[in-house]
Amino acid sequence: MIETAISALLILGGLFGLIGSFGLLKLRDPMQRLHAPTKATTLGVGATLVAATVQLTGQTAPPSSAHLLILGFLFLTAPLTALYLARAHLHRTVLRNALPPPAGTGDWASTPKPPAS
Amino acid sequence: MLSFALTFALTCYALAFAMNLIQVVRAPTLPDRILAADTMVINTIALIVLAGIATGSALSVEAAIVLAMTGFVSTVALSKYLLRGGIIE
Repeated sequence: MIETAISALLILGGLFGLIGSFGLLKLRDPMQRLHAPTKATTLGVGATLVAATVQLTGQTAPPSSAHLLILGFLFLTAPLTALYLARAHLHRTVLRNALPPPAGTGDWASTPKPPAS
Repeated sequence: MLSFALTFALTCYALAFAMNLIQVVRAPTLPDRILAADTMVINTIALIVLAGIATGSALSVEAAIVLAMTGFVSTVALSKYLLRGGIIE
């Protein structure tokens, strides 16, 4: 029973990891290419880590939680990576005057500010 | 059944790693290359964890933790460099 669950999680994780990297190779636009690794690959690695947790919990006396630590860290940092890369891409390719102004006062966060003082 | 699933997952992540290598070499823009390198780090974490399952040891988790942290920090630092021309403001 547990072995079936681990196998299903492993196959799911491998498929999602493959789909993520294939999308990175195949999609056309840089902003489209941002989607594949940050969502599919994160989910695939997450399934692999859950499988490792389930497998190690059956073996060692105290349940292993280090894999879940990595899982939480990856799920927290993947959106931040996507955000920073999208900002860098916008900053390099889209002219500042071509962007619509943001709501409220102030400027877009990706536009470089003049140095203080 | 577990050994088949393990082999399948290892093959999938090895193929994904090869695709990331191709993407690092022939990506058109610089943020694309950073993204491909970041995906490569995540796939390496998955490979380390799978190797840990295959050998049945829990010792490789520390390597995966360190790799996750350095991968995130290096990606953010490179993006920050492209954005502002400097890392520390």
